[in-house]
Amino acid sequence: MIVAPKRTEIHPKERRMILKHADDPNYDTSIDCYMRHGGYEVLKKALAMKPEEVQDHVMKAGIRGRGGAGFPAGMKWKFLDRKSGKPIYLICNADESEPGTFKDRQIMHKDPHQLVEGMMIAAWATNTAKAFIYIREEMPHGALILEQAIEEARAKGFVGDNIGGSGYSCDLIVHRGAAAYICGEETGLIESLEGKRAYPRIKPPYFPAALGLYMCPTIVNNVETLCHVKHAVDMGGDEYAKLGTPNNSGTRIWSLSGHVQRPGYYELENGKHTYGELIYDIGGGLKPGRSLLAVIPGGSSSKVWRAGDRFKGKNRDGSEYDWGIEDVPLNFDGPAAAGSMSGSGAVIVVDDSVDIVDVLANINAFYAHESCGQCTPCREGSLWMKKITSRMAAGQARVEDVDLLASIGDQIAGRTICAHGEACAWPTQSFVAKFRDKFIERAQRQAASGTGETRLI
Amino acid sequence: MAFEPSQPLREYTEKLIPRYPQKRSAIMMILHFIQREQGFISLEAQEWVAAQLDLQPIQVREVVTFYPFYREHPVGKKFIRVCRTLSCALNGGYKVCDKFLAEFDAKLGHTSPDGRVTVEFAECLASCGTAPVAMIDDDLYENLTEDKVKELCDRIKAEVPAETPAPAADTHHH
Ligand SMILES: Cc1cc2nc3c(=O)[nH]c(=O)nc-3n(C[C@H](O)[C@H](O)[C@H](O)COP(=O)(O)O)c2cc1C
Ligand code: SF4
Ligand code: FES
Repeated sequence: MIVAPKRTEIHPKERRMILKHADDPNYDTSIDCYMRHGGYEVLKKALAMKPEEVQDHVMKAGIRGRGGAGFPAGMKWKFLDRKSGKPIYLICNADESEPGTFKDRQIMHKDPHQLVEGMMIAAWATNTAKAFIYIREEMPHGALILEQAIEEARAKGFVGDNIGGSGYSCDLIVHRGAAAYICGEETGLIESLEGKRAYPRIKPPYFPAALGLYMCPTIVNNVETLCHVKHAVDMGGDEYAKLGTPNNSGTRIWSLSGHVQRPGYYELENGKHTYGELIYDIGGGLKPGRSLLAVIPGGSSSKVWRAGDRFKGKNRDGSEYDWGIEDVPLNFDGPAAAGSMSGSGAVIVVDDSVDIVDVLANINAFYAHESCGQCTPCREGSLWMKKITSRMAAGQARVEDVDLLASIGDQIAGRTICAHGEACAWPTQSFVAKFRDKFIERAQRQAASGTGETRLI
Repeated sequence: MAFEPSQPLREYTEKLIPRYPQKRSAIMMILHFIQREQGFISLEAQEWVAAQLDLQPIQVREVVTFYPFYREHPVGKKFIRVCRTLSCALNGGYKVCDKFLAEFDAKLGHTSPDGRVTVEFAECLASCGTAPVAMIDDDLYENLTEDKVKELCDRIKAEVPAETPAPAADTHHH
């Protein structure tokens, strides 16, 4: 059984903090191993502080969410509605399902106690009554590894009653999804955890910090984010904030996949490197004889970049930037300044061996499959875009498809309950904007790739 | 026929429910347990789950029918899911799927005539760095090639006896 193979070759540019031990062949998932490496010392340190002090470290550290939106974790915790007097819940989002993303898998399968410790620190800091890990169904071994880790931590008094003798108690429950992407959206996740269909809730009023799980104040944070909490408290917020670059502190694990020689997960100091370094230097560049067609910079819902794109603008300090794809800083703000987003940190590289229409058809099939169906623009729009691009891929492209696709995309974003509306519209909107000529060319060639199916090779 | 819960299921359910602040939250984990035992979740089993959680059977069924993983019909003895999503497709995921289907003379989303396997497409399995990938029951297989698929299929053929499947039911929800 292969759960998550160790990658022992670590690129010299990597700055491993979260994955420091994960790939060490002598490191295992037991609590003994974890404690030999200093495990649960930071939890003890946190329990000796006031919860507010712990929160302060997280705030000062400037930890931004690693799940997609990059929202500051400390700020999110501050929004918790404490006046209501209702119990507070903490949920770890371990649904990892944005196409291209495979970093949380490494943490959970190789270093589960790091997540458990991070969560118990977060629980103490926010006075959480009960904590949950919502893990996608497709990681059954991961769920068992986490359950085992929690039982070990409970036996040592780090989870459950009277944690570390502090008088504070909090249980931690592993809850499994059932193969629906929309459970990654935080309010869909909450509905799912309540035992219902994962229909996202509308915000306002259902911000989890006020009306979350069981209509109680709730924090939802990504796996990687919660691990960073441990390191921020360990180093102290101010020290942690020196890692990375301003407003983009710490390290980040990038998932690199697609047409590169060395795909994989790479933990890098935030903003100290560029997309060019990740793709060419660390990732080994393209396959021999190929040239770049496109880069999807932050999970398949992020807006695509076309090879040769230039991004120009003004920095905050007034200086100007003029970047190619290779120059975009690998952090939260870089891809945003280049018209896209870092999203879940999933970089997908596409070379000229495939047709861009087929790439969009593949992506559209995903989002059409995953729409929960509550909102008409998302349900109908995602399906319609999928049908058009599938037809194009099957050899019946029409010149007018480009404008039709653009108009459908434009009518979804901003008109739906949750951000799946944007997630399904952005690929189509950006692909047709950036590759208009290619879409029209495809139509003019009537290039039947001919199989009647959506496939790339 | 009424659903007879096994002893392990009874014990699991009894322990699980009080861990959640509200009973209803236990539904997905109970459904997982049942599907693992039975291979699918019958309407009778759904009624039983509803009774444990003080729900109406429809409230269980709306969950079963929403989530692609739950199924109301049996599948082949091995459940094969091949990732269809971009990074896998860019690296030959569709060919991998074709090979699984050809080896068992199966149709996508259906149980093979020998009853050994059901092959489905899955969406991104969060292992895109080792694309193309597939899951066989709980296990993930990475960096697949047609040759590796052939090996996996030969192993299944050696380990799992052939038998006529129940009348082929479409396993797809969508
Ligand atoms: C359609 C959709 C899918 C999402 N999927 C995930 C996911 O799989 N994992 C995740 O951590 N966040 C996902 N998110 C983001 C969550 O809603 C939420 O912002 C995140 O878990 C917050 O954690 P963070 O602040 O630590 O990043 C998704 C969002 C949307 C709109
Ligand atoms: S935007 Fe799509 S996924 Fe989100 S609630 Fe509406 S229909 Fe569901
Ligand atoms: S695309 Fe296949 S595992 Fe992500």
